[in-house]
This record gives sequence, C-alpha cells and structure tokens, in this order.
Amino acid sequence: MIALNAAQIRTSGQRIPKFLAKGILPALGLSLFLLMWHALAGSITTSLGQFPGPAQVWEQSQSLYVEHGEQRAKAARFYERQDKRNAKKLEKNPDAVIKQRAYTGTPTFLDQIVTSLYTVLFGFALASIIAIPLGIACGLSNRFYEAINPIIQILKPVSPLAWLPLVTMVVSAVYVTDNPMFEKSFITSAVTVALCCIWPTVINTTVGVGGIDRDLVDVGRVIKLPALTNVTRIVLPSSIPMIFTGLRLSLATGWMVLIAAEMLAQNPGLGKFIWDEFQNGSSNSLSRIMVAVITIGLIGFLLDRLMLSLQRRVSWDKQAVLR
Amino acid sequence: MSYFLDISQVSKTFHTDSGSFEALRDVDLKINQGEFVTIIGHSGCGKSTVLNLVAGLLEVTTGGVILENKEINDPGPDRAVVFQNHALMPWLSVYDNVGLAVKAVFKHTKTKQEMKDWILHNLALVNMTHAKDKMPHEISGGMKQRVGIARALAMQPKVLLMDEPFGALDALTRAQLQDSTMDIHRELGTTVIMITHDVDEAVLLSDRIVMMTNGPAATVGQIVDVNLDRPRHRLELAENTQFNHCRRMVLDFLYAAHSKPAESTEECATDISTATDQSEAA
Repeated sequence: MIALNAAQIRTSGQRIPKFLAKGILPALGLSLFLLMWHALAGSITTSLGQFPGPAQVWEQSQSLYVEHGEQRAKAARFYERQDKRNAKKLEKNPDAVIKQRAYTGTPTFLDQIVTSLYTVLFGFALASIIAIPLGIACGLSNRFYEAINPIIQILKPVSPLAWLPLVTMVVSAVYVTDNPMFEKSFITSAVTVALCCIWPTVINTTVGVGGIDRDLVDVGRVIKLPALTNVTRIVLPSSIPMIFTGLRLSLATGWMVLIAAEMLAQNPGLGKFIWDEFQNGSSNSLSRIMVAVITIGLIGFLLDRLMLSLQRRVSWDKQAVLR
Repeated sequence: MSYFLDISQVSKTFHTDSGSFEALRDVDLKINQGEFVTIIGHSGCGKSTVLNLVAGLLEVTTGGVILENKEINDPGPDRAVVFQNHALMPWLSVYDNVGLAVKAVFKHTKTKQEMKDWILHNLALVNMTHAKDKMPHEISGGMKQRVGIARALAMQPKVLLMDEPFGALDALTRAQLQDSTMDIHRELGTTVIMITHDVDEAVLLSDRIVMMTNGPAATVGQIVDVNLDRPRHRLELAENTQFNHCRRMVLDFLYAAHSKPAESTEECATDISTATDQSEAA
C-alpha cells in the first residue's frame, strides 16, 4: 500500500511540466520572502525612520540610477564647456597651452560598482598568481607542504580587518611615486582582498595535486617528463576541478572581504558607498544601503557563475556536472 | 654468464609508521632477450612489486636489478609499463596519449614528421588507427588497453612490463588482446614480463611461467617452461597434452602447494597498498 502511494506521488510529480516546476518554486520562495520582509520592515523603527521595505528599496534603486544619469550629463556639459573654452583660446593664440581637466564630480552608484569589481578582480588575480603555483608545489612535495602548512593554517583564519591597518601602513610607506597609476586606497583594498582570498585556492590546489591518480604520475616518471612539462601536461589538467573549486571559494571570500576593506580604506567602491550612506543618515540611507546589499549579493552570485562558465571552458571533462 | 635482465637476490621491505613489512625475499630471476615471461601468484603479495622494481618505480632494499649489465635505479622508457587500468590521460586524445610519450622519449632523436609517423605506426600495430582522435572516455575498456600497449611499445622499450593488463576486461576482449599481444611479440621480438592471475593466459602467452609463493617475504616458488611452438592458437591448444600439462603444473602449485590462506592474504594485500602509498609519499 505504501509502495503504491509512493509510485502515485512520483507519477503525479512528473505531470508538472519541467520548466514550470523549475520556475515556480523559486518564484514562490522569492514572493514569500518579499512578503515577510514587507511585513517585518513595517514593525522596525530606527533613528533613521522606518526600516525600508521592498517598495522603498525599489524606489531608491531607481533614484540611484537616475542620479547616475544626471552625473553623466553634468560631466558631459563640463567637458563641452572645457572644449569650447580651449577652442576659443586656440583661436586667439595658436601656441597657447591647453589644459585638459578631468571632471571631479562624486562617483555614482554605478561607478562604485565598477570600482569594486575592478578592485576585487585585481586582488583575486594577485592571489591566484601566488596561490596556484604555491598549491602545486605543496601538492607535489610532501616536505615543502610540511614546511609551509603551519604558516597557511595560522594565516588562514585572520580577519581582513586585522590585516588592513598593517597593509595601509605598508602601502603608504612602500608605494611612493610622483605619478601614481593606482590610488593608495585601491592598492590597500586589493592587497587585503588578496591576503584573505589566497588560502582556499592554495589548499584546494594542494589537495587536487596530491590526489592525482598514481598511475598517471608513474606514466610521467616512466617517460621521464621534465618537471615543467610534467606540471603542464599531467599535474595541471588533472587538478583543474579542484583548482577551480578553490578559485570559486577564493573569489567569494574576496568579494566579502572587499566590502569591509573598502569601508576602512575609503576605496570608492560599494563598501565606501555603504559607509557614506551610514554616516549621512538621511531618511533614504537605509533603503540605499539595502540596494547596495542586494547588489553585492547579485554580483557575488554572478561572479560565481562566471567562474563556473570559465571552468566549463577550461576543463577537459565536459561530462562533469558542475554546481 | 650475464643475462639480458638479471633480477638478482632482490628483497623489498616497506617501512611504515606501524612497522616494516617484508614483501619480497631473495627473488632471483634471469630473463633472456626476446623471452615472454609471466609471473603468477595469489593476489596481493609481491607480483606487482617485482614489476615495479624492474620498472624502477620502487627501489630494491637489497639485491639488484640489472638490465644489459646496468643496474636499474630509476624509471625509464627502456622499461615501458602497461598499467592494469590503462592509465591514459583522460584529457588527451588517443593520438595525444601516445604522442605525449613519443615526444618525451624521442625529443632529440626524431623529427616532427618522424614522430607523427611513429605514433601512427604504433596505433596501427594495435589496430587503433580508426579511433586516433577519440577521447579515452569515448572508447571501450579493451580499446583503452590497446592504446596503453601502443603507448608502451612506442617508447621502443628493451623490456615491456605488463601489470595484469587484461585483468579488468571481459573474457572475449581479453582473448582478442591476448592474440594481439602474441602477434606483436612475434613481430617485434620484445622481451615481455607480464603479471597475471589467469592460468590459461599464462600458459598461452609465456615461454616461462614464474610462480610466486605467498607473502609476506614472497619469493620465486617454481618456474615452468612452456615448450609450445609459436604461433599458438587457443583452439588447437585446448586438446594439446603439453599445454594441459603446463596448466596442470601451475594449478597444482597455486591450489595445492601454495593455496591461499583465507584471511592473512587479505590483510597482507591492504598492508602492501598502504606501504606503497607511504613510501612514495615520503
């Protein structure tokens, strides 16, 4: 009787078309969440007014977009005026020295998103360039691993907030140029991101390289592959899945760390946006912070998908189910 | 007198955290050029260790393995290995799997075109030319093992080492590959050492069958000469008295004189695998 019921349930489950079943449940979950948010928000009153519900947040996201448009228009007018002025100057005196000034308006929300992305990718790339070779070395040599493992284990749990003052001071002391290519705040944030997101890649690469099929390693030994060829032809391809697991964890960590780092380093990204709104304390601030929160979440999700599609492209195993 | 391959008084002890384990003691085996030798014995103890010592993948504890008057200390393409589970790189095509070995071994001695021809020649030898652009996951187990053999042959080894190469295949595929192996051996005259646990396979393929005692401290128990004319055909041999005599001798050795102690062998098998892992990790 029970078995029969189970079978009936299974067949009735199959009657819902796949695309509906796929779309319906997430949509249901999302609407429930929005309803609860709306209900709860109404009952929380802060010193900056009522906690924003979905409606206010939507409103602010639109106004942030409008502000972006206004800033761009302002910038365009500024450059137009500047060009006209310069053209006039040249008319009077063809030898006149012309000054091209950059527009110095406040960065908009969209500008800040771009800055954040730029910073996190820079820090992530820096970390990966160090982490992958380090992980390969750890995976290949047990001795090297044993020597370096205590350092990894101790540095791994350190919070970005603990690193930040040190990084700030070191960057100020070391990065001294007359014509800086990068802002100091950018370097500080990126380095802090790198320090925190290096570890998942190191550890996963180590495990991946250490777990290569011994027979494949033996094939490499029998044909006497030179060390570098061995790494590129055998070690790297076979540990690609684990390396990517590490990279995805690292990028997620880096994105989380970045927001904190930007708040304190005053790098003009999403972290600084939240901090500034918090300091502003206008009636819209909470809604605007909420927009940033959702944006951070969405971008984090998209970054992970990006890594996943990159993995699909790079990996030799097209059958593997990636999730 | 000096032999082509001389496995001389070889002992192998694995050292692990939980103590040491003597896998082989005083293994002594002389092999002539062009000979086909199989090593047979109960699973677990020692057979593969002998092969890995000849391959240079493991180091002897005492004694020595001497190939053409040179002691073996490390792995090399002159002792190509065919692995039980083919050990093809899953990310390389059939052609590139053989190519990886050819490019490493003949880097300084063959031109690009020569290498290409050589790869194709070896794939043709195992009848795999048609699948040269396939990936390993797209071909059957038997075909994978053919590619494994092609890769080993392509190294132009002095000795071809085969570690239970057909153990994971079904009976029909195994028979086909045994025939191919005999053909190739006749054509190239390569010296072959093959590990097997299949008595019929051993008698069919070998010039000599080396039977090993059970471990720990396994050694060569008895050697049977198989004086059958080549080429051999499995159907004709079924009624052959010499064939059946050899078969009988191997069975007697394995199941009467050295029947497998039911439990201890199991333990020994796990012992040896952990020992190998640890010694290689260190």
